[in-house]
Amino acid sequence: MLKDITLGQYYQTESVIHRLDPRVKIGGTLLFIISILLYKYITGYAIAVLFVAFVICLSHVPFKFMVRGMRSVLVLMLITVIFNLIMTSQGEPVVQIWKITITDEGLVLALSMMLRLALLVIGSSVMTLTTTPNNLADGMEKMLGFLKVFRVPVHEVAMTMSIALRFIPLLMEETDKIMKAQMARGADFEHGNLFVRAKAMVPLLVPLFISAFRRANDLAMAMEARCYRGGDGRTKMKPLKYHKRDYIAYGILILFMIVSVWFGRTKWW
Amino acid sequence: MPIILDHVNYIYQDGGNEQVMALKDINLTIPDGQFIGIIGHTGSGKSTLVQHLNGLLKATSGHIYYDGQDIYEKDYQLKDLRSKVGLVFQYPEHQLFEADIFSDVCFGPKNLGLPKKDVEYRAFNALRSVGMPEELYYQSPFDLSGGQKRRVAIAGVLAMQPKVLVLDEPTAGLDPRGRDEILGLIKDLQTGSNMTIILVSHSMEDVAQYVDRILVMDHGSILYDGTPREVFRHYKELETIGLAAPQVTYIMHELKAKGLSVDEDAITLNEAADQIMNLFRR
Repeated sequence: MLKDITLGQYYQTESVIHRLDPRVKIGGTLLFIISILLYKYITGYAIAVLFVAFVICLSHVPFKFMVRGMRSVLVLMLITVIFNLIMTSQGEPVVQIWKITITDEGLVLALSMMLRLALLVIGSSVMTLTTTPNNLADGMEKMLGFLKVFRVPVHEVAMTMSIALRFIPLLMEETDKIMKAQMARGADFEHGNLFVRAKAMVPLLVPLFISAFRRANDLAMAMEARCYRGGDGRTKMKPLKYHKRDYIAYGILILFMIVSVWFGRTKWW
Repeated sequence: MPIILDHVNYIYQDGGNEQVMALKDINLTIPDGQFIGIIGHTGSGKSTLVQHLNGLLKATSGHIYYDGQDIYEKDYQLKDLRSKVGLVFQYPEHQLFEADIFSDVCFGPKNLGLPKKDVEYRAFNALRSVGMPEELYYQSPFDLSGGQKRRVAIAGVLAMQPKVLVLDEPTAGLDPRGRDEILGLIKDLQTGSNMTIILVSHSMEDVAQYVDRILVMDHGSILYDGTPREVFRHYKELETIGLAAPQVTYIMHELKAKGLSVDEDAITLNEAADQIMNLFRR
């Protein structure tokens, strides 16, 4: 029952985008988001849509996985569109129903806002779908490495992050198991009012916390047994290294940014 | 109250959106009072199968009848079924949660809505039948040893007074002594209170000694179904699916191959020892 939830939604396949250095993908996503926020006119969004379509084609990830992330922002998108439609008073009225006037500028604005939200979600989905959580954490660690100067424990934070990500599916599985075990003893998690249901969670939460602590303890022990002592002087088995394709990707991204922002901020009519 | 499985299939989607057929056309009748062992390699569908028996998993297609009633019928009370078919999961000690042992064992019968007196009576009986010393009843379950914790967890299911007791790998992670104790306890439950016992295991040796009937599972279907003797005759085929017959079976077969007149169907250590002693007596 809990298997339906997917987190760290990596999609396993073979593609150029998958092979890119995580730093390129994180940096690229950032550049992409900044560009989108800079557009003034719809031309910019049109270019961004084309660009995203191009990247999705390269990534070999089925389109339905990309759209999946959209479901969570669907309501937000709907509200944005409706408000932009009915609250914009500038421009020529196109439709008039009762007291609500929809103007041509309102239409354009609503469309732009919708595209902006959709592109933000899909753009970041491309990154999470093509990069394993561990790779992401690695990339982040490397990119934020300069913070070490300010005594920020970058390595430790990255390590904590990847461990947390690793534990999510484990804890899901554990929850499912304990839930079933308690149901086999007649527990009921589905019926009753809020108070009854909250109380019914106790037989689930107590064993879950105990097992989480046990696992954390075991892991800490195993790490110590392998002489783990934080980031200082630690080398990596697979250090991140830029290849030719990564430089090309950076080039394409910067080109995209310049072109789309220039087009997106110039009035053509 | 026999359990009948009729063409049961179970399909689920794994992470990569691929359909996995965990159970394939299972047909099975489980009569009262039988001690059944289910063996199979990891991922052969043993655990999935037993979770169908008390309705925790719902078959994709097919029917399961308990006491002549279809458990997938709309108004069938699954809660009643779960009190009659007790399921002890793998590492059941991980589900303990109460502050003391006695309250934890009370959890099951309390969920059945029984009066307080009955709940405590059942809990007391259950703890006694698994051989927990009384002075431990009000201790925290987390202070016990691994074997003791497991007994408490089994008592937690026994307190529901099920007619059928299903145990998923009850000896996993125990030392040989703890294993023998748990298996002995289970055998006593079957002979003493005439319970139907279903024991899931991947150890042939465990199963051979105690059970009346073995089901061998492989890739979601039942490969062999019969008495231990019948099943272990297929010891060569068992090896191809990653299982092995008890060690004595191999010895007996080799002795037979060397031309000695032994019965190769001996499956327990004692039977084998008797056979070999007979050779010397002759």
